[in-house]
Amino acid sequence: MNPKRSNTIWGYFFIAPQLIGLLAFSLIPLISAFVLSTLDWDGFKAATFVGLDNFNYAFHNPDFQKAMRNTLLFSVLTVPAGIFLSLITAVALNNVRMRVLYRLFFFMPVVTSSVAVAIVWMWLLNGDFGLINVMLKMLFNIKGPQWLTDLNLVLPSLAIVSIWKGIGFNMVLFLAGLQGISRDYYEASMIDGATRNQQFWRITVPLLSPTTLFVTIIAVIDSFKVFDTAFVMTSGGPAKASYTMVYHLYELAFKNFQFGKSASAAVILFAIILILTVLQTYYSRKWVHYAE
Amino acid sequence: MESAKTESITQLQQRTATRRASYKLNIPGIILHLILILASALMIAPFFWMVSSGLKDLSQIFLVPPNLLPNPWHWENIHRSLTAMPFGKAYFNSAYISIAIVIGQLLTCSMAAFAFAKINFPFRNILFIAFLSMLMVPEQVTIVPLYIILKNLGWLDSHLSLIIPDSLFSAFGVFLLRQFFMGIPRDLSESAYVDGANQWTIYWRIMIPLVKPALAALAIIAFLGTWNNFFRPVIFLSTTDKFTVPLMLSTFKGLYVTDWTLMMSGSTIAVIPVLAVYLLLQRYIIEGITMTGIKG
Repeated sequence: MNPKRSNTIWGYFFIAPQLIGLLAFSLIPLISAFVLSTLDWDGFKAATFVGLDNFNYAFHNPDFQKAMRNTLLFSVLTVPAGIFLSLITAVALNNVRMRVLYRLFFFMPVVTSSVAVAIVWMWLLNGDFGLINVMLKMLFNIKGPQWLTDLNLVLPSLAIVSIWKGIGFNMVLFLAGLQGISRDYYEASMIDGATRNQQFWRITVPLLSPTTLFVTIIAVIDSFKVFDTAFVMTSGGPAKASYTMVYHLYELAFKNFQFGKSASAAVILFAIILILTVLQTYYSRKWVHYAE
Repeated sequence: MESAKTESITQLQQRTATRRASYKLNIPGIILHLILILASALMIAPFFWMVSSGLKDLSQIFLVPPNLLPNPWHWENIHRSLTAMPFGKAYFNSAYISIAIVIGQLLTCSMAAFAFAKINFPFRNILFIAFLSMLMVPEQVTIVPLYIILKNLGWLDSHLSLIIPDSLFSAFGVFLLRQFFMGIPRDLSESAYVDGANQWTIYWRIMIPLVKPALAALAIIAFLGTWNNFFRPVIFLSTTDKFTVPLMLSTFKGLYVTDWTLMMSGSTIAVIPVLAVYLLLQRYIIEGITMTGIKG
């Protein structure tokens, strides 16, 4: 057998399992999501082609609008605060003694299952007996709010949980980025008489920008996929105040069996995530400085 | 090389020496540590409160001011929550599903990664780009068609619905391992080839032992990801007997939402194995995640 043909056979032999997986469980489902979004189908009766009706329905559907608004708000609440906190934690830990120990604590929530996290925080945020309100009462004599049943507080409450859970993950990525900045810059700037503040803003922040970009992309995408905490802690309530995009497509498909409408919501979510990624990558050229 | 190494070591020694010398009067350093200790306390307080509340009885749990530690300790709460729901079964399910997926991914991802890195075959680059582009597709987007496919295969409410798709496909795993295979010099496989080894022998005998660290990283990340996954089990499984730990915990919550002691001891039971694994392997987990920057 000639070597070229042999390589073809071996190559396809080695990629065969993953190729089957790619087709059956990822590529075909992705294409199907687009096809499904143009159908009216409940999983039982024959599907009918409805063109873009599902998308038209989505944009006029109060539930979809609510889910979209909540998801955007959740993103705004979690991403900047989460990135800021993890960045300053990483900078604080970068050269400190016992940083391995601190890192250990900060990373614990990352590896914990989101369901267990949600249940514990339900208890902490309980309006009547939760530790947070008990502490507010004891320390400041403030009667704490009903965190999870107040229409205006439920999303900020979920945001706090999400920031707490994610801070260690972003921090570890920032720490890796900080390790990549040569000490020469700091030493040179010290000779020139730069203050710590100037060093942070003129050296650390610009040289860390590729990491910041990366962390931001992941954080934004992640905030658009929020589901577990809203599902376990609030079931999307009260009055859909914590109803998110993924919750919406979950409910459409697996509660109402409107597969077509659910797929159209999924396609919109996919489009948003794709656009965000492309935009961030494009605009990053203006402010990301790659070390030479 | 040698001199650069010694130079960096002396630099390091100097740095630690100066740091140590300046430590005695380092007030900003002390303040920094105080802030970090406070912040760490905030990070672990929820875990502490979970364990503590789980070992109290209901009358202690509503005390104001609250007791930090249970008094007396109600160890039987653990037994109560273990018997209230089939947690043992859920543990077994989660463990064997996660291990099956880890083994599946290690084999199939390393095979594909080896081919993409070391074998020339038609459409190799296009296929690899197809794998890469799947990294941008969140599982939430394809869940409905995937559900329909699994329904047609008759795998719904079966562990196959969780095991097979994840064992057979991981764009991330293929990408990660390919990076490592790329780093292995070509001469190595070529000399084996000249000696008459076939591709399988080269892959299994030469390449796999060389990429063990990457395999370990993928194994840990895949294990944590599947153990903690909630989205797929909640959609694919419906029989309590087949539930995984997170799914069992969420069901538990639905039934015992007013008995906070039971909920907290149940959560403790669910969290302890993962935290134990984390405490033992934390260095590798953090390295693996830093290396790849992927969130479960």
